[in-house]
Amino acid sequence: MNARAIDDIARAEQGTSLWKDAWLRLRKNHLAVFGLVILALFVIIALLTPWIAPYSYQAQDLELGASGPSAAHWLGTDIFGRDLMTQIMYGGRISLAVGFVATAVALLIGVTWGAIAGYVGGRTDAVMMRLVDILYALPFMIFIVLLTVVFGRNMLLLFLAIGAVEWLTMARIMRGQVQSLRQQEFVEAAISLGLSPATLIRRHLVPNALGPIIVYTTLTIPNVMLLEAFLSFLGLGIQPPQTSWGLLISYGAETMEEYPWLLIFPGVALTLTLFSLNFLGDGLRDALDVRGAKD
Amino acid sequence: MWRFIGVRLLQAIPVILVVITVTFFLVRIAPGGPFDSEKAVPREVKAALEAQYKLNLPLFQQYAAYLDDLAHGDLGPSFKYPGRSVNELIAAGFPVTAELGLYALLVALGIGGLAGVCASLKPNTAQDYIPMSLAMIGICMPSFLLGPLLVLLFGIYLDWLPVSGWGDIPGDKILPSITLGAGYAAYIARLGRAGMLEVLSQDYIRTARAKGLPRWQVVFKHSLRGGLIPVVAFLGPAFAGLLAGSFVVETIFQIPGLGRFYVQAAFNRDYTMILGTTVFLSVLIVLFNLLSDILAAWMNPRLRAQFGGH
Amino acid sequence: MIEAHTFRFLLTLATVILLAACSGGESNVASGNREGILYFGNGSEPQGLDPHVVTGVPEHFIIGALFEGLATKNPYTLEPEPGVAQSWDISEHGRVITFHINPRARWSNGESMTAADYVWSWQRLLSPALGSEYAYMLYPVKNARDFNKGAITDFAEVGVTALDDLTLQVTLDERTPYFIQLMDHYSTFAVHRPTIEKFGQMTDRYTPWTRVENMVSNGAFRLRDWQLYRRIEVEKSDTYWDRDNVKLNGIVFYPTENVVSEERMFRVGQLHYTGSVPLGKIPVYQEMADSPYRQAPYLGTYYYLLNTTRAPTDNLKVRQALSMAVDRDSLNKNVLKGTNLVAYSITPPDTLGYYPPKLFSHDVAGARRLLAEAGYPDGRGWPGLELTYNTSEDHRKIAVALQQMWKDALNIEVTLTNQEWKVYLDSITQMDFQIARRGWIGDYVDPNNFLDLFLSGGGNNNTGFADPRYDDLILRKAPQASTREARYAVFHEAETLLMEQMPIIPVFTYTSKHLIHPSVNGMPPNLMDWANFKYVWLDQDWRASEAGD
Repeated sequence: MNARAIDDIARAEQGTSLWKDAWLRLRKNHLAVFGLVILALFVIIALLTPWIAPYSYQAQDLELGASGPSAAHWLGTDIFGRDLMTQIMYGGRISLAVGFVATAVALLIGVTWGAIAGYVGGRTDAVMMRLVDILYALPFMIFIVLLTVVFGRNMLLLFLAIGAVEWLTMARIMRGQVQSLRQQEFVEAAISLGLSPATLIRRHLVPNALGPIIVYTTLTIPNVMLLEAFLSFLGLGIQPPQTSWGLLISYGAETMEEYPWLLIFPGVALTLTLFSLNFLGDGLRDALDVRGAKD
Repeated sequence: MWRFIGVRLLQAIPVILVVITVTFFLVRIAPGGPFDSEKAVPREVKAALEAQYKLNLPLFQQYAAYLDDLAHGDLGPSFKYPGRSVNELIAAGFPVTAELGLYALLVALGIGGLAGVCASLKPNTAQDYIPMSLAMIGICMPSFLLGPLLVLLFGIYLDWLPVSGWGDIPGDKILPSITLGAGYAAYIARLGRAGMLEVLSQDYIRTARAKGLPRWQVVFKHSLRGGLIPVVAFLGPAFAGLLAGSFVVETIFQIPGLGRFYVQAAFNRDYTMILGTTVFLSVLIVLFNLLSDILAAWMNPRLRAQFGGH
Repeated sequence: MIEAHTFRFLLTLATVILLAACSGGESNVASGNREGILYFGNGSEPQGLDPHVVTGVPEHFIIGALFEGLATKNPYTLEPEPGVAQSWDISEHGRVITFHINPRARWSNGESMTAADYVWSWQRLLSPALGSEYAYMLYPVKNARDFNKGAITDFAEVGVTALDDLTLQVTLDERTPYFIQLMDHYSTFAVHRPTIEKFGQMTDRYTPWTRVENMVSNGAFRLRDWQLYRRIEVEKSDTYWDRDNVKLNGIVFYPTENVVSEERMFRVGQLHYTGSVPLGKIPVYQEMADSPYRQAPYLGTYYYLLNTTRAPTDNLKVRQALSMAVDRDSLNKNVLKGTNLVAYSITPPDTLGYYPPKLFSHDVAGARRLLAEAGYPDGRGWPGLELTYNTSEDHRKIAVALQQMWKDALNIEVTLTNQEWKVYLDSITQMDFQIARRGWIGDYVDPNNFLDLFLSGGGNNNTGFADPRYDDLILRKAPQASTREARYAVFHEAETLLMEQMPIIPVFTYTSKHLIHPSVNGMPPNLMDWANFKYVWLDQDWRASEAGD
């Protein structure tokens, strides 16, 4: 039994100290803190939007039409003469909600599924992973169309639909990690000490596999935001005059030569979110890295 | 090892059967049939059409007939394109998409792998931040955005490369390959960096370094294999996803590939075409996931030992 | 390291190809002008090339190049011109038409065309087993409907006979002024019987007879190459009877599904002609000197269906209020950039001299009053309304603008629902909607083509509108009218009746929009947005005259 395993077991007994340590380490990482601040800011803006938005998100001014940034409209207006800043603020509410909730759904299912498959192995693993193969292969579009027809349009369905596709790769990555960790001495040691599988998975396997999972998660969030736009196209998701960053970007892309601001500003919002997420994700990964901490 | 492959291939049979069955019924419950069009089709005409394609038979009978044809390698006639068989459409579209996917994968691995490994060697320095920031921009740029931007820049303003086509004009394969590959490059860079950092902090690497082995040897001989495991786990589904997901790129660049056929078939409710492409794709997915599992096992010394035992 | 190698290899490869691409490369337009080849953006991959099986617009152009009907149309006037038939006689009551087939008319394999070809082809079109969606085009022919519905099985009873090799006699149920026009629709074209029978039965939909190596056609061009989702090439036919007047040597049709990509292809000289133009680009092109942008009225109407069987649109006053509250001029000017013509009725204006009635105009006060009378003063008590449209950028823009117009003018909430195409079609047919977007493009230039949509229980009615007086006018009175004026008067009366009931909200009359390279001649704008490729020629000297280019 090496030092790390003993350390881990000791930590398992103390429970929360892993996260406390991580938080202390995270606070020292400037980029991660920057990411956290930006994200927090976006979330706060999103929550307060109905009170602080400069214009109504519905009101149109067809005569004005699409106009570039000006004193009255800092980020310009769209083809209906609606204030783009207001659109981005309202869009952020939807995109952030979809991004975080759907990813959380995917994360929960994917990590659990992958961890169990990887840990238990054998026939259970085979059945679970072949199920993943099946879900990969089914025609997703038809599935979505059916969902909209059977259940109508609602946000919950949107989260589920996105979660349902995004967890698959998550499960594969998690399984691969767990499988390789499973063979390591400290895990075998923990088993021989009589830790229950659930505790083992939760306390040792998941934290140790967190690196790639966190990275994949931070990549998934922006992807989910864009996927939402595609689902809206199929009739799931949100309806005008509601909007989201994904929709604003896809509308903006159509007229990128004529009205570039309609693409640039929503694009900047999404990019900023992504960068913040990645800084935060890397920070988290480093902070939670048991081995790195010993350097 | 061979046993492992054999078992997995055997497992593939029920997987594909389930996919076929679910898809077969899924497409038939989906609203709108293959022969609905903007101008109403009289009932008699619709009945005649359905009779031509045996859609008037009881569902179970259709299903049995389909499986029977499939066992003989016949995927049936396309509903949308009278006179074309699904086999023929797949045979026409797949090579194009496979070629596109391959180039895109090369772009992704080349750029993404390089960036990820470079970044992991000097974490939290400029050598880390610059390639990683570029990678993140790559993720942010969905292909429906990157494609048109590249076309505008290289196709129209600079007039260096063709704006569309595949194999028609020299150079017309470059922009689509980059567009499709960029998003994956970003993933590979991020996953590669994380995986490498994980490995570089392991005891055996530290031992190797302490022994004074040259840095490049530590990286290439000892770390790369383990560090790229998450990348490899991602590659299996990614390649299959590349094939299905090439739809957007194929539409932007007007490329006659399978991705476009696949999505169009779903829009057209071209039952046999949806089923045919799905079956084809599921075979690919099973194969690529298997391939990526084998690769991952080979790269992971502990799992490799396990395989050796069989 | 593999990655580094690959990367370097790719970089080198890219550079080499880049340089190669820069140095060479004559545009399609330049080489096409020299060689007489037209590069044509055709919207989408055709379903097929069997004239009796396909249904779309992209097929229309290709089949129009490969085949020719008994009569064709002059692209400038849309008046019928001799095609396979060099002339035709119409009997005094208009019920018997005798076509005299041009003795020089040939199939592309050199065989002569005969009246029997038409009898066999029309039997094929009308055979119930073929399931042709355009069989109704021949319904004016005596007993054709019954044969198509399976009520009679002997084709001899249908009013089409070959009097001799070159004389075809067609008997109609009643006078049908637009019948000659139908001879130019691909569904009424002749197909080559031995070729079809070589690959299957008369009524098989999916035999390989339309493949390049098998196809026999009779038009000004013949099929040369067909690469799925890439291009279709046709070349000038040397058996076509009027080949001396065919100026093009060939046409290349591109399946340009993506309008944005199509516009880019045009910009770099890969296309002479685009099937459409992205809305955002139109103002840019309009401002150009010598603009290649061409817009012309088109025989089609964009409207919303109102479900008259469901609350609240079962109330006439609600329907009128909704329609009157729409500011069509502002919509067209600001959202659609003036690219269409506002409409207040279903039939496009000047449909062969016919003008529809205009019973109302944009009137917010009037609309508010009507809504109050319907029981929703200032929108109070409004039960909500759902507007359904199929997913598309342009439909979305129009729906979003209307949603807000109704909100501003009537203070009512309307929610929008976009549906994927087939789901939308299903909703329309099942009448599972309250308001739904709809468009109708005419198949022939006659008010009848729009007004017969709203017959009671008609397959394309989709509104629940049913009025026996209306049916009587369209089905009985109009065909009996002996002069064009009398007939149009009946249509006008029927259309007035329709718009008084307001089962639809007309929004605008379509226009055709294309980018056409200045070297292209002989493709005048017309109401059918139709090209007769026989007339088209390319100005070889165009490039030379623009030395600065």
